[in-house]
Amino acid sequence: MEVDFKGTPELGFFASRLDDVVGWARQYSIFQYPFVTACCGMEYMATACAHYDVDRFGAGLPRFSPRQADVLFVVGTISQKIAPVLVNVYQQMCAPKWVVAFGVCTCTGGFYDNYATVRGIDHVIPVDVYIPGCPPRPETVLQGLMMLQEKIRKEKQEL
Amino acid sequence: MPGSTLTRLQESFPEAILGTHSRLGEDTAILKPEALRRVARFLKEDPRLRFDFLMDLTAVDHWKRKPRFELVCHLYSRSNNARLRLKAPLGGASPEAPSLTSLWPAADWYEREVFDMFGIRFRGHPDLRRILMYREFQGHPLRKDYPIDKRQPLVGPKD
Repeated sequence: MEVDFKGTPELGFFASRLDDVVGWARQYSIFQYPFVTACCGMEYMATACAHYDVDRFGAGLPRFSPRQADVLFVVGTISQKIAPVLVNVYQQMCAPKWVVAFGVCTCTGGFYDNYATVRGIDHVIPVDVYIPGCPPRPETVLQGLMMLQEKIRKEKQEL
Repeated sequence: MPGSTLTRLQESFPEAILGTHSRLGEDTAILKPEALRRVARFLKEDPRLRFDFLMDLTAVDHWKRKPRFELVCHLYSRSNNARLRLKAPLGGASPEAPSLTSLWPAADWYEREVFDMFGIRFRGHPDLRRILMYREFQGHPLRKDYPIDKRQPLVGPKD
């Protein structure tokens, strides 16, 4: 079909790839599910509140149902006992979905090298971005968030 | 007055007290485990002592020492502002102690924790089951012969 643009010269247009447009939109509409189990939660709250303000990155609205969330923020130590719950929450999220490991306990288990602790959540669910630190500074979290945005923008968009 | 409680205890239960010491203002009485409930009731109900508050109940695994385990209770008297530590040595492959739940309801979860971590059973406990670890967990993790790096994951690789 041929499109005649001559009739609407005042409405400009640009051509792009669909993947780029969808990726651009998705990177700024991150609805996160905070799975907070430990002290990193304080740092998560500090990052989310007005001073550092994750809303600048379009990630300001946490959803408290995994079915409404795109990004799973795993914040704090994951014990062997809670690990099945984390898997259950992850499985309830609709695709496309991403996972952020927030803090060193979620990345590797941290210094909890014992019978009770999962040594990194990547033993049980896939992870997109690792944010180390005990706890990570808000700046580190924001850098992780921007890395996630870049990853979301660049990937093949499932529609 | 440090020491006066111990004197009274020794006068009232000469056959049940294995030893006492009073160091840095802290009173400790070592008891035969079978006398634990009897002595505890006396400490709680005696009008001059009135140890009405069970502050802590825990255990120690001395591993190669005999008897192997030691039960430790910390009592507090609000009316006298006095503290007392009770210890009871427990031996054998399946150590057992009388439950203190009928005296202090606070003992309920402490005893479940000691059972979960050390495998010490409490006679007369209304609901003795694990409190921290999951039902599938094998063994008692704070026993010195529990392998330090042994994990029992519910999900993910069995590392």
